[in-house]
Amino acid sequence: MNHGKTRIILLFLALPLTLYAVLVVSPYAQAFQISLTSWSGFTADKPFVGFDNFQRLLQDPEFWRALAHNGLLLVVVPLVTIALGLFFAAMLNVGGSGGKVAGVRGSAFYSRVYFLPHILPVVITAVLWQFIYNPQIGLLNGGLEAIGLGGLAHSWLGDPTVALWALIGVLVWAGVGFYVVLFSAAMQSIPKDIFEAAELDGAGRFQTLTRITLPLLRETVQVAWIYLGIHALDAFALFMVLAPSGGPDNSTMVLSQYLYLSAFQKGNFGYATAIGVLLSLLSLLMTALTFGTSRKKTTIEF
Amino acid sequence: MNTLPPSFSRRALLRSTAAVALAVPAAGLLAACAGSSGDSGTAAEGKVTAANPFGVAEDAALDVVVFKGGYSDDYAKFDEKLYAKKFPKAKVSHSGITEIGTELQPRFVAGDPPDVVDNSGAKKMVLGTLVADGQLANLSDLLKAPSADDPDTTVEDTLLSGALDPATFDGKVMGLPYVFTVSGFWYSKTLLDKHGWTWPTTWDGLTALAAKIKKAGIAPFAYGGTTAPDYFFSPLMALAAKQGGVDVIKAIDNLEAKAWQAEPVKAAAEAIASLASSGYFLKGSEGLDHTQAQTAWVQGKAALYHSGSFIENEMKAITPDGFDMVFGTVPPLSKTGSLPQTALHAVAGEIYVVPAKAKNVRGGKEYLRTMLSKEAAVNFTKTTHALTVVKGATGEEDFGSTALGSVTKAIDAAGDDLFSYLFPSWYADLATTLKTEIANLLAGRTDAAVFLSKMQAKADAVAADSSITKFKR
Repeated sequence: MNHGKTRIILLFLALPLTLYAVLVVSPYAQAFQISLTSWSGFTADKPFVGFDNFQRLLQDPEFWRALAHNGLLLVVVPLVTIALGLFFAAMLNVGGSGGKVAGVRGSAFYSRVYFLPHILPVVITAVLWQFIYNPQIGLLNGGLEAIGLGGLAHSWLGDPTVALWALIGVLVWAGVGFYVVLFSAAMQSIPKDIFEAAELDGAGRFQTLTRITLPLLRETVQVAWIYLGIHALDAFALFMVLAPSGGPDNSTMVLSQYLYLSAFQKGNFGYATAIGVLLSLLSLLMTALTFGTSRKKTTIEF
Repeated sequence: MNTLPPSFSRRALLRSTAAVALAVPAAGLLAACAGSSGDSGTAAEGKVTAANPFGVAEDAALDVVVFKGGYSDDYAKFDEKLYAKKFPKAKVSHSGITEIGTELQPRFVAGDPPDVVDNSGAKKMVLGTLVADGQLANLSDLLKAPSADDPDTTVEDTLLSGALDPATFDGKVMGLPYVFTVSGFWYSKTLLDKHGWTWPTTWDGLTALAAKIKKAGIAPFAYGGTTAPDYFFSPLMALAAKQGGVDVIKAIDNLEAKAWQAEPVKAAAEAIASLASSGYFLKGSEGLDHTQAQTAWVQGKAALYHSGSFIENEMKAITPDGFDMVFGTVPPLSKTGSLPQTALHAVAGEIYVVPAKAKNVRGGKEYLRTMLSKEAAVNFTKTTHALTVVKGATGEEDFGSTALGSVTKAIDAAGDDLFSYLFPSWYADLATTLKTEIANLLAGRTDAAVFLSKMQAKADAVAADSSITKFKR
């Protein structure tokens, strides 16, 4: 009954596809259409201007600056977060000394501490760090002075040379807990005898990490990389609370924030949507690159 | 052959999903229809009488949307009661919200805006954009109408001078700024009295005072570098205006070539820059937001804070007893300037607008006329300790506030010497550049010359950009 089968398939696919088209594809198409207009955001009609917005963007130094900041985030945030995540996860699961495969002492406690920042909503994280970075009464400067490093005290969010790094620090702080848990789960699924065999062969902790654990976690790390990359391309809420006007001398302006300011502060929705279209193209490009470059691989089974 | 399993719930689910799928585009169509409905909203019309100069229909509903921010929205409820007394048959609906733009934008797009909007707060709509799009009613007939208290005086005559400037576009008044704010330095009278310091009348006197304050172990000035460095742009403009007259500011607003390079502006920028190079700012100000900076000020870590007269209300909760907040007018660079020492930077804010496509435009204007009555104005000042644009509404009464008392005195002393600059609200691009560059100047990252040349470059770029609607004053 081939005929009947096709009908079923069509019936079952038509609906989700329609839904997908209406709720997912059409907003994207609409966004692209708006990016070709000079819509102010308040009128029913949207004057068509072709690719003007995109041409303007390419000549807009602030756009390039924001893009460069996103580029830096894209490299630094995943790198640091994954490195820290892997290190902490390894310490929690296979880092213990004493002849058996286990975490360091107190690992249950640490795993909770690491995860804590992740359950805080972003806005609360941001407000929390506003107090930590406060140059007058902040915890960070106070702490530095207390341990005799007062010379390192900064006006963290007010100094263009450190502001972006201060924000990157918060991104990593808030993100690392989740990846500790993710990597922990992946590490626990690696059979213990592999680690035991390595130890019998005389491998140290560092060797076990680089030769055994990391290669077996490849796919998880790759997924983490994509998540973090998208996170770094966005970074909106945190930046909006901690540096609402783009930071000192625009030193922390990112694309998503530039988009927001263009739309809601400058009343220029067409231009803002053009930024949005570029941003989504960049996200797609990044995902494609990440998957593309790591296509060849030998799956290790255990 | 029936290929679907005869399960009711699954079929019901499919059916309801299909309904959703159909409803989404339908909603879009509805919005599109509403959007094209045009300007038919003003139809409801009553008889024009002396008491009803706009001819409001007796039973036409009035839809008021108020920003519920620092002044809350109780004063608006009071004004709505006054309106309802006049038109008992009209249904007055009130909403006090914080996200003006977010909530109202869809209504503007759909052609169904409220009758009166208090366009204020962080999410306010860009006024210039609304004007350029023809979304707002011209309020000239409101200004020519008799005032609510005296039929022989027009509404315009009851307003403080310059009050309408922020809502005037090419000579047309497109909104009503309701709250009158003057900007200057704020200090604790108690603190100054304790050290025997007095408010200076010259800029040299102010820098000498700053030196004394610093010697006493207090930071002379503070500012909120991350969110509101532009609060400290006001004294710069005040110095320039007092030195060279209001035309200096008008040239800047009108995007004239070399307006930023004028001598008075240069002198003013250098004076402000010297505060930074003398180390007179609270350490770390560039990394504080304005709330943190204001907090440091009421805690006594900094002696002087430049802000608008809304600051008393803003800091009410944490100002210590006996602080005795007082306003000090920005002292001029020299005694021989174009404006007297008493001249004030004054801006009227909380801009009320009547959307052109509102259903009850006449009612909207009548509501604004009601707000400008003495009764409404006094009630506003009493509850918020802020002044309205209504001239002398509260007389000498300070409602127990040293801050309000000092502001009233300063306004009386200034007389008609009130000035304001409008380019940040006219040109959003210029406003963002100003924020960045004044922050650089205050933090000592740039000097006066660089600041002025960057502002001039951006002003020239805006002037040359044909896609930006230009305004003149």
